[in-house]
Amino acid sequence: MVSPTAPPRSFVWTRRIVLTLLTIFAATPLLVMVSSSLKPLQDVSDRFRWIPSSLTISPYVDIWSTVPLADYFLNSLIVAGAATGCSVLIATFAAYAVSRYRFRGKRLFTVTILSTQMFPGILFLLPLFLIFVNLGNATGIALYGSRGALIVTYLTFTLPFSIWMLIGYFDSIPRDLDEAALTDGCGPLGALMRVVVPAAVPGIVAVAVYSFMTAWGEVLFASVMTNETTRTLAIGLQGYATQTQVYWNQVMAASLVASVPIVAGFLLLQRYLVAGLTAGAVK
Amino acid sequence: MTTLSPPPGTAGPTAPEAAPAGNGPSLPRRRRILPDRLRRAGLPYLLLLPALVLEILIHLAPMVVGVVMSFKELTQQYIRDWGAAPWIGADNFRIAVDVNAPVGEALLHSFLVTCAFTVLAVSFAWLLGVTAAILMQESFRGRGVLRALFLTPYALPVYTAVITWSFLLQRDGGMVNHVIHDQLGLTDTEPFWLIGDNSFVALVVVAVWRTWPFAFLILMAALQNIPKELYEAAQVDGAGIWQQIRRITLPSLSPVNQVLVLVLFLWTFNDFNVPYILFGKSAPEAADLVSIHIYQSSFVTWDFGSGSAMSVLLLLFLLVVTGCYLLATGAGRKRDV
Repeated sequence: MVSPTAPPRSFVWTRRIVLTLLTIFAATPLLVMVSSSLKPLQDVSDRFRWIPSSLTISPYVDIWSTVPLADYFLNSLIVAGAATGCSVLIATFAAYAVSRYRFRGKRLFTVTILSTQMFPGILFLLPLFLIFVNLGNATGIALYGSRGALIVTYLTFTLPFSIWMLIGYFDSIPRDLDEAALTDGCGPLGALMRVVVPAAVPGIVAVAVYSFMTAWGEVLFASVMTNETTRTLAIGLQGYATQTQVYWNQVMAASLVASVPIVAGFLLLQRYLVAGLTAGAVK
Repeated sequence: MTTLSPPPGTAGPTAPEAAPAGNGPSLPRRRRILPDRLRRAGLPYLLLLPALVLEILIHLAPMVVGVVMSFKELTQQYIRDWGAAPWIGADNFRIAVDVNAPVGEALLHSFLVTCAFTVLAVSFAWLLGVTAAILMQESFRGRGVLRALFLTPYALPVYTAVITWSFLLQRDGGMVNHVIHDQLGLTDTEPFWLIGDNSFVALVVVAVWRTWPFAFLILMAALQNIPKELYEAAQVDGAGIWQQIRRITLPSLSPVNQVLVLVLFLWTFNDFNVPYILFGKSAPEAADLVSIHIYQSSFVTWDFGSGSAMSVLLLLFLLVVTGCYLLATGAGRKRDV
């Protein structure tokens, strides 16, 4: 809104009050997360206290030995990274075809891609679980519980999302650019690689970050498809709860370690993300 | 990058003679772009091929398998060889929808809980999102910081966010009970939040906390696209800020809202993460969402046939609701690709 005059007091006060309440709602868990990760165990097992009795960084040291956090971290990195890489690569070709060419079945393809995003994950989980178990038995390869199997299941949500977002990005790049490349003697693939992809780099990065985020936070498939050695962070964090007590300060420290890179990436790239989400879905 | 790739292989500066040969194919190719219909017709399919193969592997095949599973008595003993499971026709479906028997009754209950949860969580998430977006449309000091703070709950990996909430909601030593019991004295006893009836409240609060930033994000972007001239014209006509919001902002948001509410509905209705991390494999009865219910009947009681039948029913319900919604709002028709 362009207002040469200051907004009226009623608006300013409404804004102050509502935004203060929302800030408390949004920030309280974050505040507790950070402060509890710096508390001694005593403080988090007894009554809650806002002010820690003493500050300590020992939770950040202990998290690595209480559970094999580094292994979980690596598993999450491999699985989310591979799912992201595969889906972005394959989606680039598919989205280019949809964005630049007319062909039979195009509408069916895009509608299918879009509709798979509305399906509940549980719908794919049961059959995929059975397929992996039975295929593993038939071939003797331990598919179930492997990182490869988990990566494939993650493609069920990263691939349609990437295709959908990239169609939006490619549509926003002027066709004149790649038509010029085609008349200059580039093949269609040349036009894609040398013109469209470089022009869409912000979009491709945003799609990759978003795919990585969703894969990093995935719980349903990871809870079923992993074993002790392939467990991801999402499941591994449950290891801080023992029979006798929960190491809440370590849980919070480990949560922060798992969150900070993701949150930073999201906040840095949110402008591009919004552009893609709105281009794809909310035009 | 682009400067590096052409020289080495084809036409180097050292071989001017080779240049015509290297450029040779490009001349006919230039002409081929338009006339060669076969090539053009095949190309999009070639580009789509990897995606199509994967789609068949990860979406189509599992769905076919899922439907077949739902017609079988697929209990634990057949997991390792599901083809051998006996065919029982529509029995799984019949049992799932028979509301007078325990299985159907429990499914209906969890369906109703899911509906109530979805309506409440989506309403609040949308309401908070639209309020914050409108109030933050005009810049003020600290807007950037607040924007980042509001988006953080959505950016957090869901398990870290929900684990933190389960810490806050512990009966003994949780922050929530400390504030309402010790500090404010609102309750005589300390309520349980993660078991019993209160678990429904906890579920809604956590889901809203997690999803409203998404509504906020999308609606803020949508507000940027409203032409400034509309507001200028309204000001000239003497409309105050509240009138501008009512007459310009809210109506302009309506196409975005239609899609946003649908997305929020689908996410919330299908949500597995929040209840699973908050309550574990079996949720309290008051917060027994359908996705958790199916998960439990599949991976705790190991009845995959029944779980698949419930999944198919869930999908049918979502298809019908989404179809009706799209027909009613026309939200789907506007974005033909």
